Amino acid sequence: MGDPTRIRASMQGDKVLVRILMTHEMESGQRKDADGKLVPAHFIREVSARHNGRPVLSAQWGPAVSKNPFLQFTFAGGKPGDKIQVSWVDSKGDTRSDETTIS
Amino acid sequence: MLKLGGAATLASMASALRPRATAAQGWNQAAFSGKSLDEIVKALGGSGYAPTKAVSWGATPDIAENGAAVQVSVSSALPRTQSIAIVIEKNPGPLAAQFEVPPGTDPAVVTRFKMAQTSNVHAVVKADGKYFVSTREIRVTFGGCG
Repeated sequence: MGDPTRIRASMQGDKVLVRILMTHEMESGQRKDADGKLVPAHFIREVSARHNGRPVLSAQWGPAVSKNPFLQFTFAGGKPGDKIQVSWVDSKGDTRSDETTIS
Repeated sequence: MLKLGGAATLASMASALRPRATAAQGWNQAAFSGKSLDEIVKALGGSGYAPTKAVSWGATPDIAENGAAVQVSVSSALPRTQSIAIVIEKNPGPLAAQFEVPPGTDPAVVTRFKMAQTSNVHAVVKADGKYFVSTREIRVTFGGCG
């Protein structure tokens, strides 16, 4: 399941600025634990952001995206009160979906 | 899950058999296993690429003190930009992220990446069906591939 994604969506003139902070280890598969064993990779692979159900950004990620990923983008056509939904799928098949409204 | 040697071999076999299209087919294993910019562009669906000056790097730093979180900001001024990929040349897996930008969304993204060491970072932009690359060096004073 994972922990909640924090999403902020606010009007910037006639566009919507979306700022997303996900909660995920984004384990690279390169790191060794205290016993010198390689920690297996575990990272978000696919991200999708939707505005009232319509995709406004989709992404594929590798393990190089930082822990607790941050993502920012801007789109046109939104207005205050509209729904922004952000979902992800990680390399173990875990998923998370959260939403907010445009302020 | 991602044993690099095996995955790379499998992926190169798979990509030799049939080049993959990019969109809506799930995670692009071949592209994320690619070791060079050429391999990655090919796996993303491009047959080649041209340098471009129509990409701006916003507040992306020249020098990053913490390689664990380097904030990269890329914005494309190329007409009909469809996707933006970030390739960090000297990372163990150079393709870091790929973003599909539908019409109505600004062709600009900001994300934070891990960088193992000082490296060239490429923004690979697909615009009007063609691929373009803008490159910038980011110096890392403390690596972050942990």
